Amino acid sequence: MARAVSIRRKSITTAAAWALGLMMFFPILWIAILSLKTEGDAIRAPIEVLSSVWTFESFGAVQERSDYLKHFTNSVVISFGSTFLGLLIAVPAAWAMAFVPGKRTKDVLMWMLSTKMLPPVGVLVPIYLIFRDAELLDTRIGLVFVLMMINLPIIIWMLYTYFREIPGEILEAARMDGASLREEVFFVLMPMAIPGMASTVLLNVILAWNEAFWTLNLTAADAAPLTAFIASYSSPEGLFYAKLSAASIMAIAPILIMGWFSQKQLVRGLTFGAVK
Amino acid sequence: MATQHSRAAARLMISPAVLLLLCWMLIPLGLTIYFSFLRFNLIMPSGNEMVIGVFGHGLRVPGPEDFSGWENFYWFVTDPSFQAAIINTLVLVGGVLFITVIGGTLFALLLDQPMWGQGIVRILVIAPFFVMPTVSGLVWKNMFMNPVNGIFAHLAIGLGLEPFDFFSQAPLASIIWIVSWQWLPFATLILLTALQSLDQEQLEAAEMDGANWINRFFFVMLPHLARAITVVILIQTIFLLSIFAEILVTTNGGPGTATTNLTYLIYVSSLLQFDVGMGSAGGVIAIILANIVAIFLMRMIGKNLDA
Amino acid sequence: MGRIVLEKVSKSFGETEVIPALDLTIDDGEFCVFVGPSGCGKSTLLRLIAGLEDVTNGKILIDGEDATSVPPAKRGLAMVFQSYALYPHMSVRKNIAFPLRMAKFDQAEQDKRVAQAAEVLNLTDYLDRRPGQLSGGQRQRVAIGRAIVREPAAFLFDEPLSNLDAALRVGMRLEISELHKRLTTTMVYVTHDQVEAMTMADKIVVLRAGNIEQVGSPLELYRTPRNLFVAGFIGSPKMNLINGSIAAKHNAATIGIRPEHISVSSDAGDWPGKVGVSEHLGSDTFFHVTCEGITDPITVRVGGEVDLHYGDTVFLTPASDHLHKFDDKGLRVE
Repeated sequence: MARAVSIRRKSITTAAAWALGLMMFFPILWIAILSLKTEGDAIRAPIEVLSSVWTFESFGAVQERSDYLKHFTNSVVISFGSTFLGLLIAVPAAWAMAFVPGKRTKDVLMWMLSTKMLPPVGVLVPIYLIFRDAELLDTRIGLVFVLMMINLPIIIWMLYTYFREIPGEILEAARMDGASLREEVFFVLMPMAIPGMASTVLLNVILAWNEAFWTLNLTAADAAPLTAFIASYSSPEGLFYAKLSAASIMAIAPILIMGWFSQKQLVRGLTFGAVK
Repeated sequence: MATQHSRAAARLMISPAVLLLLCWMLIPLGLTIYFSFLRFNLIMPSGNEMVIGVFGHGLRVPGPEDFSGWENFYWFVTDPSFQAAIINTLVLVGGVLFITVIGGTLFALLLDQPMWGQGIVRILVIAPFFVMPTVSGLVWKNMFMNPVNGIFAHLAIGLGLEPFDFFSQAPLASIIWIVSWQWLPFATLILLTALQSLDQEQLEAAEMDGANWINRFFFVMLPHLARAITVVILIQTIFLLSIFAEILVTTNGGPGTATTNLTYLIYVSSLLQFDVGMGSAGGVIAIILANIVAIFLMRMIGKNLDA
Repeated sequence: MGRIVLEKVSKSFGETEVIPALDLTIDDGEFCVFVGPSGCGKSTLLRLIAGLEDVTNGKILIDGEDATSVPPAKRGLAMVFQSYALYPHMSVRKNIAFPLRMAKFDQAEQDKRVAQAAEVLNLTDYLDRRPGQLSGGQRQRVAIGRAIVREPAAFLFDEPLSNLDAALRVGMRLEISELHKRLTTTMVYVTHDQVEAMTMADKIVVLRAGNIEQVGSPLELYRTPRNLFVAGFIGSPKMNLINGSIAAKHNAATIGIRPEHISVSSDAGDWPGKVGVSEHLGSDTFFHVTCEGITDPITVRVGGEVDLHYGDTVFLTPASDHLHKFDDKGLRVE
């Protein structure tokens, strides 16, 4: 049972925790501030930055300079596309493993996870060459496929752990009630697994959105998502603090919001259930 | 609970996933191993071209005439930049692990205490994890560590000190710092989750047995966290071995090879110097290294699956 | 119609045989109860009939037709699960209508049948709630409702009352018996509770380790248990089983006598003994009497209130026409 904690102690921990939280968050807060400044003000000393005028001009400039919207669209298409395509393949597989487990189910599952452990750089060259010769370099469809493949083990794993929590008797009841396999999955399993599937989608969209190895190596201009778009600011001519800040904020804001909703699932998805 | 009908259906439903992952694993892996034994340079083709049918287009690669034995491995391993890359990789992984595990444990202990606004603090602490690697690399490099306009430089000048040029004087440490900022939230979140699953009665029992706060931490909490800490270490290692974007947007592996890790070195040899044979040899080495970690991780996950 | 015949049906999981080949006929309209201790294979047998498990060998006939490899959805049976297995995301109405929807009944027919079932089961006021908002007994009724709307050839019940508290269980027991009388549809009911078996069944199948120990009406099993296992399993409190020299006197390895077939006297009788713990139920009193030469205390039923106390000396006399005799293999001898 909870015991009363002295107000003094609670005040101290509160102050320490808030200081810590703000410290960790400060870089994000700071670029949010810089994004609302003019280019000239953004490089001043911090105190002067805060007292200078506020403006939204950088946001417009980012769009004009490098067509932010195109890259944003690429990011959306690639992250959601790869996730939904993955879901399409993962739902049946997770159903099979969760509800019709066999002797080798565990091995199959472990093997699927092990493909996630393969370092991307180990297969960079072949994938690059296959993409070059299949004319998939710098295309959205190519990236959708690659990101689906690298996240497929996580999607299957997460769905499997969620499906396993659904009692098998309910699916048997559906079978007894005359439901076909398709009806069983669509009318009973999927509606019951909606929270789990939503979390799976959320986490995998985040992972795909932030993926920065394949997106940097397999795209140039046309299909570049936000990760690659931001990387273009690393060249010296791109050293515009306010614009870089505005671009960064626009790139991370959507995912930051999604991420905050997925805290709990994050642990489950990224540790493959090893920590609950 | 299975009948022949459902088992047949299960096999059918699992096969797309299995086939895709099998192809995804075997084809590139096989090609990487094949390339690693070839003299294969993208801008100096040997003319012994061979076409492997993939996607109906055909993949153009050198034929077995260009077999070079262990040459690629020999040159890759004896290259001084390989040694530098191995050391950098180890320092980078080790440094980030050290910071995130110690820091994460302390953060988790703090966040587990009763306080006002716990939810908001949690959100603030985990936010960096959702920032894409290219953004965090560039933001730290320019807005914070830049020796002229960065906040740290402004602070140093304000205090009457000489501004520190992070990326030329301590490049690897700077990258460790940036990566740690990204991964601290992950360690904190997982350790906090583990800490919250600790049975309060265990702590109360220890308290009744006369254990003080330090004893309770070392004899009750830490053993409970041991498993979560191991998971954090293993999973982070898998990801940290592949750090790429942060290096690409900040130092490009430099100055010299000061921040070149194995991943970046392979990227340089294969896509910048077009020496696919050499890059593939490096790839094979990277796969072996990652597998050593993966075996331990898989064992832990496997044990959990039985429970 | 709902006549279920099992011919030489057996079931193995890998190497382990859970049900050795058995034959069984469940007649149309019969209330048949599978009873036995946990792990005796009674649920597996039910799942074989349902089609949720494949039989390893043998045939299952439903109304004369071979249903051995027919999938569960096509067998025309309805099942009530131990956990009720209600669909948590659907309202009570949708739950009950689900089998009708799967069978592509039109909306009007669905509504009519759901309304009827709800009426019978007192669920009319709860049709728009979710299963999570119902009590255990109500959930149970929804599960039954879902089973009856489709008018199946037979109902299968898998320990349906085990999740209810004692008071509700008695009520639901009556409701299910009542339902059977009204619908006259075949019911196959699995339970580990012999009281449920005795009170509800037309035919009881006693199972142990996958083997059928005895099949018969409740009273047949009660009066003439075929072996020691059935003798000990059916009846509450249990039959007293006595072996040794006293049994030998009756030319048997073991004799059995039910608590209600023993008379008690304070001055004369076959078995002298001392009164131990007594349980007063009001209408009856059970005494546990330690007798000379008998290892376990003998349970005796005495009607009403009797003035006997802990430590009193009594004499017990078994009614000889109710004495059950078993040989050294545990089989009944007449």
